[in-house]
Amino acid sequence: MTEQLAAYSTSTGEAVQFWVLGTVAVIGALCTVFMKRAVHSALCLAGTMIVLAVFYLANGAYFLGVVQIVVYTGAIMMLFLFVVMLVGVTAADSLKETIKGQRWLALLCGLGFGILLVGGIGNASLNDFSGVGEANAGGNVQGLASLMFTRYVFAFEITGALLITAAVGAMVLTHRERTERARTQRELAEQRVRDGKYLPPLPAPGVYARHNAVDIAGLLPDGTPSDLTVSKTLRDRGQVRDVSQEAINDLRAMEQRAEERLERRAIDPPNFKRAEEASK
Amino acid sequence: MNPVNYLYLAALLFTIGATGVLIRRNAIVVFMCVELMLNACNLAFVAFSRLHGNLDGQIIAFFTMVVAAAEVVVGLAIIVSLFRSRHSASVDDASLMKL
Repeated sequence: MTEQLAAYSTSTGEAVQFWVLGTVAVIGALCTVFMKRAVHSALCLAGTMIVLAVFYLANGAYFLGVVQIVVYTGAIMMLFLFVVMLVGVTAADSLKETIKGQRWLALLCGLGFGILLVGGIGNASLNDFSGVGEANAGGNVQGLASLMFTRYVFAFEITGALLITAAVGAMVLTHRERTERARTQRELAEQRVRDGKYLPPLPAPGVYARHNAVDIAGLLPDGTPSDLTVSKTLRDRGQVRDVSQEAINDLRAMEQRAEERLERRAIDPPNFKRAEEASK
Repeated sequence: MNPVNYLYLAALLFTIGATGVLIRRNAIVVFMCVELMLNACNLAFVAFSRLHGNLDGQIIAFFTMVVAAAEVVVGLAIIVSLFRSRHSASVDDASLMKL
């Protein structure tokens, strides 16, 4: 990287890259905030982070650019995705506001804060800049290492303690010790009898005539689907398929087709048509 | 193009992240917005490093990344254990102290 010490503007290629990828980054950030499902948010955030990695590379921070991809998009976002798989599937964000007008106030606060930041940057007189070409002369990684192991060595060592604490903390927080003995099947059955709630096994899912998948609620005699028949997990995820109207809709469609057919060939005697079809 | 534009972009991303923290109620998404804010700060640090022509900004961005990694591990562990006890990842539900 050969940059002169004091430059006033970057190359045109970098400008194009900035405007194109910057748009992508902002769109990704907005999608992170406004996507309804946590998985979509995580994917949008991963996209934004990759774009930021490209920006680091463009700014001469070669080591950080690679670390950004390896650590952020590689490790942290995958951790997020795993937790979303553990937790977020049932946790659909409720769109109901608990505090009245909170959303608009939050948007207003964000807007004000953004104007404040942008105004601050705009007021600063940053016209010329010295690129990192000189600092990177001996290699970016070498430059970082020589700083990190001299001036910042204490912070670096503290970082090691922090990482160990974090690993231990995560294990302590997610480890669950069983405090009481697991109840046996016999005890559970006795409990059910004592409570007098629902003694026989739960009814099976599916409508025997047409569907027998586990995510299809069985129909009660009056044709309404019964929640008891579907597993609680599927109910929580909202993945229950409702087929109670399907048979009626099929019948209606069939009737309509038959009517169209009869209208079209109303003149032809039905016997004649059937004979024609049989001869084919 | 002046590299100051990177600072504007960082400010914009930070603002979007802060707004997300205020708006969203799903703890995981709130956490992602915090990560977005950290990333925006990192971008600002890297841009400052270029503006000043030394590597201190990059060192600080590096430390931010390490701290963010540790923070994510602990934070997600807290979210998982909260979810186990409450069966919900909503931030509003955590306002109750008792389980």
